[in-house]
Amino acid sequence: MSAAPGRIRALFLGDPQAGRVVPPSGFTAHLTLFASGAMAFLAVFALALSLASGRLADRWADELAKSATLRITAPAGQRAAQTDAALEILRQTPGVASARALSAEEQAALLAPWLGADIPMDDLPVPQLIEVIEGEPGYDGAGLRLRLGAEVPGAVLDDHTRWRRPLVEAANSLRRLGWVSIALIAGAMAAMITLAANAALAANAQVIEVLRLVGARDRYIAGAFIRRFTLRALIGAGVGVALGMIGVALLPEASEEGGFLTGLGFRGVGWLWVLLVPVLGAAVAFAATWRAATRRLKELT
Amino acid sequence: MIELDNVAYSYGGGELLSDVSVRLTPGSFHFLTGPSGAGKTTLLKLVYGALMPTAGSVRAFGADLRGLDRDQTALLRRKIGVVHQDCRFLDHLPVAENIALPLTVSGRDLAAESANLGELMAWVGLRERADALPPELSGGERQRAALARAVIMSPELIVADEPTGNVDWEMSQRLLQLLVELNRMGKTVLIASHDLALIRAAKNHVQARVLRISNRRLQLAGADL
Repeated sequence: MSAAPGRIRALFLGDPQAGRVVPPSGFTAHLTLFASGAMAFLAVFALALSLASGRLADRWADELAKSATLRITAPAGQRAAQTDAALEILRQTPGVASARALSAEEQAALLAPWLGADIPMDDLPVPQLIEVIEGEPGYDGAGLRLRLGAEVPGAVLDDHTRWRRPLVEAANSLRRLGWVSIALIAGAMAAMITLAANAALAANAQVIEVLRLVGARDRYIAGAFIRRFTLRALIGAGVGVALGMIGVALLPEASEEGGFLTGLGFRGVGWLWVLLVPVLGAAVAFAATWRAATRRLKELT
Repeated sequence: MIELDNVAYSYGGGELLSDVSVRLTPGSFHFLTGPSGAGKTTLLKLVYGALMPTAGSVRAFGADLRGLDRDQTALLRRKIGVVHQDCRFLDHLPVAENIALPLTVSGRDLAAESANLGELMAWVGLRERADALPPELSGGERQRAALARAVIMSPELIVADEPTGNVDWEMSQRLLQLLVELNRMGKTVLIASHDLALIRAAKNHVQARVLRISNRRLQLAGADL
């Protein structure tokens, strides 16, 4: 068990001279560099999508879960009384941290995107909105609805569940899609590197024969190919990630107006995830080449 | 050292070697002769583990080759220096690196071995050609480089397959002399050759046993050799 990490380290670091025993081969080198570069570039965007979706889902879930809206729809003469009654009920309800009636200006601002800035609020049958902030633990929604129904006939409690859930689910689906994309990218990269490694191993069958004749172990021969492909994948993925990061950096800054599409960048520790992409690319190349080389060397016995 | 016991080898439905038994003792010098296609190269490959017998057993340095895994076979080959007729170099590496290849693959420190390498290259007359690539070498130079590669690990057994096949008489005498010198150093030598004149010439310098493959079987050659 304890020998395995040492063996992997020896495979990867090994003898620098061992890299020279395999002749340089243009086709497989270019294929590996290009494939790993392109895949790393795509992985950066998939990662950006996944992380941004995750942030969005967390934010929506967090912000919306703690708030509710109470709508008072009543004739103008009764609206103030019903609002006061509702606020009183909310004050008495366990689990409600705070409740306040939105001012006419705040309600006008909410309607401004649709009706314009100069809304004659007094002429419109706009219901009174009360913002309810939930405490810890939360309130009993069903009980509150029953009491409001009895004491404030014009009140409708909306805890946002109806439209919050699909939004959060959509954001979570996007996050999962991003991770699935990264897994598919890694799989496609592994397939391409396996093809390139197999081509290189087939092209160097005579080299392998000579190495065996002079006493090279399979581990040594495999190591020569593994080092070469892993290094190429690391370089290719490094370039791909750099280009991907430039692409992400050129995206517009996150803004309220732009919504989701302008929030695709990386933030905070998200940048560390990006740095893992070349390492992941190298690890994929290592595993793919190791598998291809082991299989090929067995066949050549 | 090497022991073949009732060895047979078949390929593609036909038997190439049958009932071959021979023992190579340490420090001995053997020639293996026979017409082209008789199975000389096959027998050599059985000796150094590149082929496995279809019947019988091959023991090398006390181990049955059939029981060795790939790693153990690799370690065995470090004890056997092989010179091929076509030399088999890595054409992208200079001659010096090709000669040092057995050291490289066995993880030996090349810097520590550089003096030995230089001495060996001088011994085979290739010191000035250290940086040349194999395709730039003449036939004789290639054979000498192959011999140097075969002996750089100081193997106990040297197996040479038609080492003089592609060189003129003068060069073949020089190569033979190098192999005789190795035998005098205590190395066991097994040379496959169809060149009877070379074998006769060698018998003036070394006490060699001549084995002949005839009709798939191995026999001791007569007094004419």
